[in-house]
Amino acid sequence: MENDNSLLAVNNLVKHFDISGGLLEQLRWKNGRIVRRKTTVKALNDISFSIMPREILGVVGESGCGKSTLARAVLGLYPPDSGEINYQSSRIDNLTPHQMLPFRKKMQMIFQDPYASLNPRMTVKRTLEEPFLFHNKSATPTEVKDKVEEVMQQVGVEPSWITRYPHEFSGGQRQRISIARALMVDPEFIVADEPVSALDVSIQAQILNLLMEAQEKRGLTYLFITHDLSVVEHFSTRVAVMYLGKICELAATSELFESPRHPYTQALLSAIPELGRQKPTHIKLKGEVPTPIELPAGCVFHGRCLYTDERCIREVPQLISLNSGVEVACHAVEENRI
Amino acid sequence: MSHLLEVKDLEVKFALRFGDLTAINGVSLTLDKGERLGIVGESGAGKSVTGFAIINLLSKPGYISAGRVLLEGQELNRLPEEDMRKIRGNRISMIFQDPMMTLNPVLTIKTQMIETILAHANVSKTEATDIALDKLKKVHIPSSEKRIHQYPHECSGGMRQRIVVAIALLTNPALIIADEPTTALDVTIQAEIMDLLQELCASEKMGLILITHDLGVVSQVTERIAVMYAGKIAEIGPTQVVIHDPQHPYTQGLIKALPGSLQPGSRLNQIPGMMPTLTDIPPGCAFHPRCTISDTICRMEVPALISRHDHDHMIACHVVK
Repeated sequence: MENDNSLLAVNNLVKHFDISGGLLEQLRWKNGRIVRRKTTVKALNDISFSIMPREILGVVGESGCGKSTLARAVLGLYPPDSGEINYQSSRIDNLTPHQMLPFRKKMQMIFQDPYASLNPRMTVKRTLEEPFLFHNKSATPTEVKDKVEEVMQQVGVEPSWITRYPHEFSGGQRQRISIARALMVDPEFIVADEPVSALDVSIQAQILNLLMEAQEKRGLTYLFITHDLSVVEHFSTRVAVMYLGKICELAATSELFESPRHPYTQALLSAIPELGRQKPTHIKLKGEVPTPIELPAGCVFHGRCLYTDERCIREVPQLISLNSGVEVACHAVEENRI
Repeated sequence: MSHLLEVKDLEVKFALRFGDLTAINGVSLTLDKGERLGIVGESGAGKSVTGFAIINLLSKPGYISAGRVLLEGQELNRLPEEDMRKIRGNRISMIFQDPMMTLNPVLTIKTQMIETILAHANVSKTEATDIALDKLKKVHIPSSEKRIHQYPHECSGGMRQRIVVAIALLTNPALIIADEPTTALDVTIQAEIMDLLQELCASEKMGLILITHDLGVVSQVTERIAVMYAGKIAEIGPTQVVIHDPQHPYTQGLIKALPGSLQPGSRLNQIPGMMPTLTDIPPGCAFHPRCTISDTICRMEVPALISRHDHDHMIACHVVK
């Protein structure tokens, strides 16, 4: 896990959200007494991974598994409850906003919904100029203009449309503008949270190609969050599968798709609808995803798993490395029961 | 004339201040008893409007300007609203995308189910409850006697969509129109709902129209596919033929644009440009500005939907014939 060459290393990251509300809402009547109870959503529980430079790490999982929280926590948009985030061997999770500034320039984010992530009252020009001017206070007007033009050309938006507002663009073009905004400060590392989920198939291909091109030209590193497994298979170098705030499997993409080890990964992969496969033979899981408010004891997946035994109910499985470089958190895999 | 549903040259317009916009431009299709048809296309292609037109639920300013919709030989689009209400939710049911929006949050599941039954059948409340419980069991809701007294917010997304399916089944409809029924759900839940729909079509002899943008889902569940582009059917045929041997350049482009068939990390095949908006649909073939094989005729003349050697497989393209 520990690797000095890594661009980003996350160690034992924990993030819980308190949703219990005000004091009066926390009070409960229990066994004839008033007790105060806190309710927390356990979004991230002990997450560790690292990303190498120029790597694309895909994070997949179903809704509510903590993918987006992870994306935001990595960028410092949510302060973690415990754990460490290291960027190029310097710790960034405990910095003041001012100390964080140089890192902000290196790390950028692309959001899912291009309708919500662009300010409707700002022209494309202002949207793109803002991050650049913020990080390059001494930039001359010509430098700014050149930079905007260069980036717009790179993402395939006509530079003469610079004075237009977001509502004048289609969804695909808006997502290009969001990507352009992220590229304006020449980042090294981009967190993309479901960047193509809101787009149609033919547009999705255009945006994915654009992201791949930018990665090759600029040597970018991506943390790519998505629920679409076929996109991840095509796009990323390694994949982390998340379930209820935990990583249950982390492996090279081809390895993961060819021989998934964790029972949840197996079920997830078998549920992808594939073109032209008439008879689906997907693994049927029991029950539904439990809420992250009351996490099951032991392995978070044990209630739905086909291989549960007594140890799974009792003990939380740790992420262990197999010889193939695959990391899995499963007792059954560890004991060679699967 | 043994078709369950027959849509003939359907045309839907939206009356706006500056004139009428044509959303559906001459769509014809048929569906037999127990058959599963998929309608695919990108947003704005007219998939959902077609669904709404069939069930005669277009809200103003939309209206059916030409064509006919026949269910079991009865012409639906000429029926007075009173008679249509006896068919809608009874012979045809519709399932929508977001189960939280479809279910009433302040009524229990039981109230919502019984309401539907009593609107269409002359039964007592106890009988209606029995029917409701029976349908909940059909969609595999565990401990349905308990669930039926709950409110929608107490159920998970997958459970809610099953309840919506159960409500659609209450009156034993001949046709179910499902408009993106699993788009809001996770893949594992999606697989379950799709299995369920397929199973029900077989056991209840229901026709299914599945409207979706997801080619993968459609290819698994349906027997025939209609691919729509800018308010018209570009290609229609048996699912396996359309998926494995697509003829229309748009269908080919859509299938090639999907990641999965290619070497990982390689460039995806993209269709240049985007779907035209209804206000400026290009003359001739609506796809010609994005088409790689378009010819002069494509710019002038609208291609008709004609069958290939195989009667079932039809395409609307001048160049591929």
